[in-house]
Amino acid sequence: MSGSAPAPVTADTNPLRDPDDKRLPRIAGPCSLVMFGVTGDLARKKLMPAIYDLASRGLLPPGFSLVGFARRDWADQDFAKVVYDSVREHARTEFREEVWRSLAEGFRFVPGAFDDPDAFELLARTVRELDEERGTGGNHAFYLSIPPSWFADVCTRLQESGLSDPRPGTWRRVVIEKPFGHDLSSAQELNEIVEGVFPADSVFRIDHYLGKETVQNILALRFANQLFEPVWNANYVDHVQITMAEDIGIGGRAGYYDEVGAARDVIQNHLLQLLALTAMEEPVAFTADAVRAEKEKVLAAVSLPDDLDEATARGRYAAGWQGTDKVGGYLEEDGVDPDNHTETYAALKVDVRTRRWAGVPFYLRTGKRLGKRVTEIAVVFRRAPHLPFTSTATEELGANAIVIRVQPDEGMTMRFGSKVPGSQMEVRDVSMDFGYGSSFTESSPEAYERLILDVLLGEPPLFPRHEEVEQSWRILDPVIEHWASSPSAPEDYPAGTWGPSGSDEMMRRDGREWRLP
Amino acid sequence: MIVDLPSSSAADVAKNLVRLRNQVGAMAMGRVLTLLVVVDEELADEAVEVASEATRQHPARILVVVSANARGRGRLDAQIRVGGDAGASEIVVLRLYGDLTRHGSSVVTPLLLPDSPVVAWWPGKAPADVAGSALGQMAHRRITDAAAPQGAGAATRLRRRAKHYQPGDTDLAWTRITRWRALLAASLESEPFETVDRAVVAGEPESPSCDLLAGWLASSLRCPVERVRTPVGSGVQSVRLVRASGPVDLVRMDASGDTATLSVVGSSPRLVALHTPTAPGALTAELRRLDADEVYARSLCTGLAQVKRGGTRSAAARAGTSPAGPADVDGSHRADVGGRTLTKVDPPPDSSSSEAVEDAVQEGLEELSRTDG
Repeated sequence: MSGSAPAPVTADTNPLRDPDDKRLPRIAGPCSLVMFGVTGDLARKKLMPAIYDLASRGLLPPGFSLVGFARRDWADQDFAKVVYDSVREHARTEFREEVWRSLAEGFRFVPGAFDDPDAFELLARTVRELDEERGTGGNHAFYLSIPPSWFADVCTRLQESGLSDPRPGTWRRVVIEKPFGHDLSSAQELNEIVEGVFPADSVFRIDHYLGKETVQNILALRFANQLFEPVWNANYVDHVQITMAEDIGIGGRAGYYDEVGAARDVIQNHLLQLLALTAMEEPVAFTADAVRAEKEKVLAAVSLPDDLDEATARGRYAAGWQGTDKVGGYLEEDGVDPDNHTETYAALKVDVRTRRWAGVPFYLRTGKRLGKRVTEIAVVFRRAPHLPFTSTATEELGANAIVIRVQPDEGMTMRFGSKVPGSQMEVRDVSMDFGYGSSFTESSPEAYERLILDVLLGEPPLFPRHEEVEQSWRILDPVIEHWASSPSAPEDYPAGTWGPSGSDEMMRRDGREWRLP
Repeated sequence: MIVDLPSSSAADVAKNLVRLRNQVGAMAMGRVLTLLVVVDEELADEAVEVASEATRQHPARILVVVSANARGRGRLDAQIRVGGDAGASEIVVLRLYGDLTRHGSSVVTPLLLPDSPVVAWWPGKAPADVAGSALGQMAHRRITDAAAPQGAGAATRLRRRAKHYQPGDTDLAWTRITRWRALLAASLESEPFETVDRAVVAGEPESPSCDLLAGWLASSLRCPVERVRTPVGSGVQSVRLVRASGPVDLVRMDASGDTATLSVVGSSPRLVALHTPTAPGALTAELRRLDADEVYARSLCTGLAQVKRGGTRSAAARAGTSPAGPADVDGSHRADVGGRTLTKVDPPPDSSSSEAVEDAVQEGLEELSRTDG
């Protein structure tokens, strides 16, 4: 035994956690998760299985407790049954009784309406009891998996019952889901409600479409390599296309979707976030604050062209053949009001007013019932300035491109020209393909697993702060207003195609065309 | 697809690999490492299975070097497996005879993947100086298994590993205790933040995992660590960290079970799952990282020597230094939430009247007042 004193243990130093020790997973500290809206689809299909998967990977603290809150007359066991069924059906990892037992011991259910002070009193006391019984240490996260119209009620009640105020040395966090408002002013209003109760860095806005894995992959590709960054600017890039296409219709969500439309549903959050990641400057460090600062800067530099008729397109799917299935049009869906003129396809051209991107248009498009389900970012390069070959030799040569495939089949494709074998000199496009799946076949955790773990670890989110949310509404609001002021309905496109002809027209005016994803 | 190449040569095997690649097509993409498996005839089949399972997550070229028979004429019998028979990997089994058994490294050299790391794995007996051996020298990472049955005792094996340790060495006995380490590390991360004065690790006498766990505690906590014995076949049984306010006890529920109890002062004992990895699971975890493991080195080379060998756990428990068994996790006052019970229970109704919910709230409040009072 060396003569040195035992290693000190403090709140900041743990001798058992060596920074070099990459094997030890970061297990969240003692805590509980209080879930509002446990009866919803999202909770059953995604959140509960994600919690089990985290437990199964050994990433939840011993004593972790899950409190369900809903307007149901249930006992703890009923709640456990609901979680059990959802885990058996949807969990990604194998079901193991010992994992389940240690997790299920910590399930509690609190009945109550979202505006009933007594129910929140019961919740507060249940949570206190957990602190004693299961050692959750006064650390609690609140997951508001409920419609935004209830946020105000729930936040106020949480504050009144003292649940939102942590004792020193403990934390309270709140998780909210998109939509973060439906325009700039409603987003600000929503934000005032939530940040009036919880401090800004305790609010986790979840955009599950952009799982952290995707965000980190794009940043790693751009900033960990020497190969791409030198050409990532207006000198070499002709334009950028960001696409998020869905092959499904609106399903049963007419009530929500008919009020919202494609632009608000997808462009405001997903596509503008992808744009920010593609166009931002290099952050000074790979920390949430530094990344966010750069994202905010680039979003602030985004501007719309003056003529919105020329720079936008919208559409609405009509009946058609989706692959092998005959599907109905948007107006035939239940609960759709034809007078709303809701668009199911939106395309938009924006400029990024920075030196790096001067003169490089970014085209964003999204839609339902398009050719296939795909999300990708295509950076299309300028043509080589001078070709030493004859025009016959290069007539089949397109522009070089780097395509970042976000989903499905995450990876990257590069397109460039290569000589066709033979005595003729002929250059044709070929593509080189990298799939994350083939080099790293480890199944990536579900986006929600990462998200919930980040919340419990207090890892500052790579997800939008309200400044970013407000910036994206600032960009989008004029487009939506412009569309609303137009008397005509969105242009119809047959389901299963790549959108209305107006969108192709918009590209043609610029002498470009949409890629076929 | 399985291709047998009896009495073959390294060049022939390489040529056939390229040919198969072109035939099977896209299969060839994305290999990230070469896994050398160095093994005797008797463990060979099992090792191939474990390796192909483990490399599902890390597509690899697996080169299995089997020393078949050292006598007689030098000869190489090769077998290539690609596609369905090899999972995500391509497997080349190289059976060496005669002189060639001593020149395995020359045989594999032309078969290594270009520009990617080489990991060597000895599922059974490993040379004393792993890093210095001919095959070990080619590898960036060398994986041994001190728990595999081989001539010397566990303590001797670990001493050898420590004596010849080189960065890049690692052992599956170490991989298997990651969960124990994670739980212990997490247990110090909440109040009270107190220095650990002493630790006691209990496990079966011949358990290198148990020794490494004790070594890790000794080198990280810099406090006296005692290693006590439990019956043969019981694996790692319990760890106690002694602190001023009371101990942290992590105790396996029963010899074969995969559940433990964790008791910390200030809250009631809790069940935790131990997630003991399967053989492919442990190897997968090992392939995830390709750099040197400094913490393993420290636990093996300095920590182990500081561990005090104690008597049996029962004696230590009588003396009050080690927990005698798992803590009593009393869940009897709560409804049963085990998987078997829940399978039979009906799902609760999906709607409730406002009155019923309000009644339930009041009931809950009353019940809490009763238990508080």
